[in-house]
Amino acid sequence: MELMSGNEAIAQGAWEAGCTIGVAYPGTPSTETLEAFGAKEGVYAEWCVNEKVALEVGIGASAAGARVLVTMKHVGVNVAADPLFTAAYTGVGGGLVLLAADDPGMYSSQNEQDSHYYAQAAGVPCLDPADSAEALRFAREAYEISERFDVPVMLRSSVRISHTKTPVEPGERTVAPAAPYEKNPAKWVMMPAFAKPRRHDQLARIDALRAWVEECPYNEVVRRGDEVGVVCAGAAYQHVAEALPEASLFKLGVTWPVPTDALRAFADSVDRLYVVEEGSTYLADAVRACGVTVSDTPRTLPRAGELSPSLVRAAFGFEEAPHAEPAADLPGRPPALCPGCPHRLVFKELSRMRAIVTGDIGCYTLGALPPLSAMDTTVDMGASVSMSHGFELALAGTDHKPVVAVIGDSTFAHSGLSSLISTVYNRGAGTVCVLDNRTTAMTGRQGNPFNGVTLQNRPSRELNIEAVVAAIGVGDVRVVDPNDAEAVRTALKEATANEDISVIVFRSPCVLLERKPAKPLWVNGNCTGCGSCISLGCPALGRDGEGRACIDAALCIGCGHCTQYCRFNAIVPE
Amino acid sequence: MQTKTILLCGVGGQGTILAADLLAFSCLEAGLDVKVSEIHGMAQRGGAVTTVVRVGSAVQSMVAGPGEADIVMAFETTEALRNLPDLKEGGSLIVNDVAIRPLPVLTGAARMPERARERLIEAGALLVPADAIARSVGNAKCANVVLVGALSARMDVPAEVWEQVIARRVPPKTVEANLAAFRAGRAFILESEEI
Repeated sequence: MELMSGNEAIAQGAWEAGCTIGVAYPGTPSTETLEAFGAKEGVYAEWCVNEKVALEVGIGASAAGARVLVTMKHVGVNVAADPLFTAAYTGVGGGLVLLAADDPGMYSSQNEQDSHYYAQAAGVPCLDPADSAEALRFAREAYEISERFDVPVMLRSSVRISHTKTPVEPGERTVAPAAPYEKNPAKWVMMPAFAKPRRHDQLARIDALRAWVEECPYNEVVRRGDEVGVVCAGAAYQHVAEALPEASLFKLGVTWPVPTDALRAFADSVDRLYVVEEGSTYLADAVRACGVTVSDTPRTLPRAGELSPSLVRAAFGFEEAPHAEPAADLPGRPPALCPGCPHRLVFKELSRMRAIVTGDIGCYTLGALPPLSAMDTTVDMGASVSMSHGFELALAGTDHKPVVAVIGDSTFAHSGLSSLISTVYNRGAGTVCVLDNRTTAMTGRQGNPFNGVTLQNRPSRELNIEAVVAAIGVGDVRVVDPNDAEAVRTALKEATANEDISVIVFRSPCVLLERKPAKPLWVNGNCTGCGSCISLGCPALGRDGEGRACIDAALCIGCGHCTQYCRFNAIVPE
Repeated sequence: MQTKTILLCGVGGQGTILAADLLAFSCLEAGLDVKVSEIHGMAQRGGAVTTVVRVGSAVQSMVAGPGEADIVMAFETTEALRNLPDLKEGGSLIVNDVAIRPLPVLTGAARMPERARERLIEAGALLVPADAIARSVGNAKCANVVLVGALSARMDVPAEVWEQVIARRVPPKTVEANLAAFRAGRAFILESEEI
């Protein structure tokens, strides 16, 4: 028996099934799946530039006969939706399994969305494991389902499945020889002439899946009382099973398609039927569509965020356990840019010049928080560049602050580059800052095209951002050390004064990537308590009882950012 | 065995995840069912972190609600106060006696809570000077394992099992230091219970 997270179990299951190729773009809570898979024997795994590319690589490898694992977070499925919907027509060669990891509660995401809707809309079966043992089993068996029905299979998890470790019994790997590739345009060339008949093949396959799901052993009835019956899946199943010991449960292992006849029979076997799910009405709607009456819980289930056994109990009218009231006087503890983070001074200077900053997805989104407060928008991967163009269009002819897009190196490769091409093509203005910290930092320092690091440490090459940007046609491109406040200030001033589009590449490695143990700095008697250094928002810098700056020697890495903002020479090396 | 909930909370970088792993593997080794639910992502950047460990004969949910944690083990006093509503009535509260100022306090936008230690003691907390204990046995970096030692005294898992798990799961060069930290943390709790 081993303890594995849901993500590790999915990697193990895919490996046991003889999956040989894994592709992904990192994204919480999915990231460790491909890292765990890539660490196994006899597999090839790579980070792609984005989820669309990853799924397309996966479809190609599947067409050629390999069993493939493609992983992404829920919002990644938005990016990959285009190939997903048509792969649901072409079907597969070797089994193709797509992990969509949802983040109800938004621990590390910009929205909550329910990936079940994608499975339903695309017409691909969706499996919902409720713990790591099921994650392993479903991942392993998903390949047979994929090949049997000639369809990609979605494995849907959530943060509490992906990031919860539970006991599993790992098994052996079985690798079947890949079926030889045979050219078959009617299956793989989705032009109208071929797609139209393929659409009918897809509908026939959906009928076959509907018949299969009625008998599927992944759907289970847990018989307890006759009064209350609850339909649930995934993490919600665990909460309900614990919260309502008297209720009978219909645990769905397959959440699309749902078993119509079996659900009707279950509904008939209880007095009242409920559906419990997280932040969505997908399942309730699917159950109602079976012609079953779904009762409202005595009190409303939360419509946003995660569930827990106590929230389920509360919805069914049970009181919470007695507990202390939350204290009202506690300071928040938001995450912050690390001490020495090379992004810090860029945000400090953007804040000083009161720029309109369109932001993006990564550690640097933390630049939006006080005291830096240097971000106006964050929507999705790559949006900083395209949204700054939108701002420029709408503000054209008005007297406005400079518009600056801020995007990380990995996000720039993900989808910022195509946005920039569009801006240049349309003769857009503004300044794009690429915060090149040489890694995909937020998700745990993965490789990307601009640092040339690959998932399994195969040799690669580093793409040159400034050369790529120049080749697109940006005339004003500069590379600046973001640890030099004066250089950052000058570059931003000059670049934003340019009427044409300009790009600044701020290049310095993430402090977690290259740990250079410099001696901590300390504050001498010159400090006047002016607070300049404090405004940098460094976790190593605070005020002492008298209001003067003080440095936490355990956190300070001696980067010297604060020294550059001290007019009194009060922050010095030991 | 009825499901027991242990909530570990602290600040990103304090070693709560290793502590939760040592707890979970020790319980697994002792033949219990285990679920460990941790939150990654933005929380890593110095933010508040929580890990829920649930153990028993058959553990169902991976999380628990307010007033349902049998043990809250806090790596920092403000986080202990923050998570106090999760503690079950009569539950066990173990707190590392250290206060870490979050960014809003450092920048002057917020203040640390008044009388944090006193309020925790009133709530029944056992304050553990884990940093000092870790230093006294030779390695300040093992404070999290001192706390694991303290926690072990409140769990029905033999000390030998914990020690085997620690020896297996920490980097080879740090096994001795971690075992010493574990024993010192355990002894601290056992001694304070005798008094």
